[in-house]
Amino acid sequence: MKVVYTDSLVIGAGLAGLRVAVASKMRGLDTLILSLIPAKRSHSAAAQGGMQASLGAAVKGEGDNEDVHFADTIKGSDWGCDQAVARMFTHVAPKAVRELAAWGVPWSRVRGGDHEVVINAQRVTIHEKEEAHGLIMARDFGGTKKWRTCYTSDGVGHTMLYAMDNKAIELDIPIHERMEAVALIHEGDRCNGAIVRNLVTGELVAYVAKATTIATGGYGRMYGVTTNAVIVEGMGAAITLETGKAPLGNMEAVQFHPTAIVPAGILMTEGCRGDGGVLRDVDGYRFMPDYEPEKKELASRDVVSRRMTEHMRKGKGVPSPYGDHLWLDITILGKEHIEKNLREVTEICRSFLGIDPVTDYIPVRPTQHYSMGGVCTNYTGESIGLRGLFAVGEAACWDLHGFNRLGGNSVAETVVSGMIVGEYVADYCEKSDVEISTHVIADIMNRERARIDELVARPSGENVYEIRSAMQKILMEKVGIFRTGDKLQEAFDELKELLRRSKNIGLHNRIRSSNPELVDALRVQRMLKLAITVTKGALLRTESRGAHTREDYPERNDRDWLKRTLAYWRNETDEEPEIDYQPLDIKKMELPPGFRGYGTDNTIHHPDTAARVEEIKKIKESMPNADRYEIQNALMPFELPAKYKEKNERIGVGTK
Amino acid sequence: MSDPVTTQTGTPSGKGRRLKFHILRFNPQLPGDTPRMQTFEVEEQSGMTIFIALNEIRERQDPSLQFDFVCRAGICGSCGMVINGRPDLACRTLTAKFTDGEITLLPLPAFELIGDLSVNTGKFMREMSERIESWIHGEGSKECNYNILEERMDPDLAEAIYELDRCIECGCCISACGTKRMREDFLGAVGFMHVARFRLDTRDNRTDDDWYEIIGDDDGVFGCMSLMGCEDTCPKDLPHQTQIAFLRRKMVMVK
Repeated sequence: MKVVYTDSLVIGAGLAGLRVAVASKMRGLDTLILSLIPAKRSHSAAAQGGMQASLGAAVKGEGDNEDVHFADTIKGSDWGCDQAVARMFTHVAPKAVRELAAWGVPWSRVRGGDHEVVINAQRVTIHEKEEAHGLIMARDFGGTKKWRTCYTSDGVGHTMLYAMDNKAIELDIPIHERMEAVALIHEGDRCNGAIVRNLVTGELVAYVAKATTIATGGYGRMYGVTTNAVIVEGMGAAITLETGKAPLGNMEAVQFHPTAIVPAGILMTEGCRGDGGVLRDVDGYRFMPDYEPEKKELASRDVVSRRMTEHMRKGKGVPSPYGDHLWLDITILGKEHIEKNLREVTEICRSFLGIDPVTDYIPVRPTQHYSMGGVCTNYTGESIGLRGLFAVGEAACWDLHGFNRLGGNSVAETVVSGMIVGEYVADYCEKSDVEISTHVIADIMNRERARIDELVARPSGENVYEIRSAMQKILMEKVGIFRTGDKLQEAFDELKELLRRSKNIGLHNRIRSSNPELVDALRVQRMLKLAITVTKGALLRTESRGAHTREDYPERNDRDWLKRTLAYWRNETDEEPEIDYQPLDIKKMELPPGFRGYGTDNTIHHPDTAARVEEIKKIKESMPNADRYEIQNALMPFELPAKYKEKNERIGVGTK
Repeated sequence: MSDPVTTQTGTPSGKGRRLKFHILRFNPQLPGDTPRMQTFEVEEQSGMTIFIALNEIRERQDPSLQFDFVCRAGICGSCGMVINGRPDLACRTLTAKFTDGEITLLPLPAFELIGDLSVNTGKFMREMSERIESWIHGEGSKECNYNILEERMDPDLAEAIYELDRCIECGCCISACGTKRMREDFLGAVGFMHVARFRLDTRDNRTDDDWYEIIGDDDGVFGCMSLMGCEDTCPKDLPHQTQIAFLRRKMVMVK
């Protein structure tokens, strides 16, 4: 049995995983990253539009600070997130942008003087302050009160990922590529590493570690049409679920991005609309102001996606061989702006659609984009079910995003949670020892080997790709933007049947080494468990919150549903997870549940809400001379690693 | 009525052309396996890319076929391969481009072969990064005070750095490089582009003397024979020719 030892094992080499590894290594720990692919190819590279951080240097960002970013994030989440985590995040986000600036990201900078921009389809002139010249610029994004999204053209994920991986290389952190974690090693309530399959040789290796961090991204590829990279298959969440001890949180919270191209499903950044682009229907009519007069195209993503779908249902979609779509119109932005600030968008339109966004409308449709659910952790990023198991970024339900993530908050979460959780991972490593007997490792490795042996030995059986595409179709059609109880029930039953069938997959290519079919077979069995978990959570949650929209239960129901869904897969032979709930305590919230400002307010309120609103009012009145930090601390104290506690400076206001 | 958002996985009706894919097959993991060409036929659909076609071959004809895709949007650089004699990104190559419907696919040369169309660019790029130390060398990067206003940068400079930072390390330039075929340790255009990027960056305090130590020899910028395969094949249209010429001029002036 081959065993590799390290202090801090990180599974996944995207931005979040790399940043945790950097933190571990900087604290002097032996650190090792596992990745399916070269780090710089991770899906983080696909983030286009930008990263939210309240630097407040742009004139349209004036007055921005942690408080405003916090409130936007909470409203965006439809009050489904962990408010203390949102506070940790908004406090550290400016530090993350500045750290990345020092590490090489060429953030677009403020250019003092007059500029012509497009706001609400009108060309207007804004004046950037001369004294802010050269500081980090920000653009507008959906669901935000200020221009807060820091960017490098529309290649922000690329520049951040390159800077971060280069930092990891500088620190000499080994990244073992083409390695897939197929099981977590755990005993009692403690995680001790992972069993890993070499995707080239097929060899199984045990990686034993003090702390293991899941940073494998989301589970978007369970859906037939998604903006996600092909490797985003939720495997980190799946191997966590398979421990039977560590739960997944809010798996039913799945975001659809309003603008992916048809039919390829490739993302057109929210920056298109942030910079002034609009949505048009089959008649060329700009319809969003009719639905959302205030925020229009820049309403939160879940809202825009629903409105677009609603509009297409009214027959206003543009027919195409690939189904109806709508138009994204950025022609008003002009050639110079598009070719400079929306370069990737331009390249994608030209390569995949053969159109030029300078003159042509772009065919778009809401498409699966982001997984709010994931490995359920506490604020330190540690699993609530297994000690020594951490999760960061999209793989985690930390829970920053609740039921809808704001645009620009995901790439921000990767690095910010990497910074914060990275410190807690290092703390954990410093105070723990590895205690695991080799027979426990061998048992888990033998179990995984047996799974592979069984697949390779079976002379014939179900086709892996038929099962996978059936699963993807079920999720698209029945667990999508609009959900109903009967469709969810059908999906639930059908997915369970697929899970049964997946136990009888027969391979055509029955070799143990580099074998894509074997990889897909192992993954599809796990993806089905996640798909069933998503569907069961959605079926049980009889309310509409954020991206989870039940047409049969249109109200957000705080009275019964202000709680996080927890899913446990107790036994390998089970066909569905056990569901439990973790309440969100209104009495501790800094921002009690309220109206998000979209459509009509049909919230069923929780009895604690009014009391908490009253209590907050009293606390504020009792501190007439307090500054915003003191008030915040009185309302909802939150933890941070010591190195991140200092206040953030902003131009013109200092740390006020 | 059906939901327009969820009825989108179908393909348009009507029969397309029969495309012929001639693909190099070789799995070094299989004892006794030898390289050979294999032909697959696929019915073309509108908007079909080589990404779509290869997946169709794997899912319906030969599940042992190895290739690498990640983003399938021309962003991550995973899917470089030689397409009808030219290194390019397979994900964004439309099959409609090939009028005779014959498409030959080979793995990128100059990289270690993993199997079929899959090559190990990761190992090469990591070694390249270590060789040129592709990170900011400066006090700011070591000890960053992230609580105060960031160091200012001229907006034009930031844009100029981004222009050179757009390399996706796909490896097309290396595969198209005549010098690389003759000199195993030749750095190649990807390395020069990163050097040019860090050289331009005022946050990096390395001088031309320092760069000379890294690229001032025949395995560096003086080895380039100016065949410019890199310039011709770079999927991101990066200015390789200009940057190599510029670096060479700067390096000549050292010492």
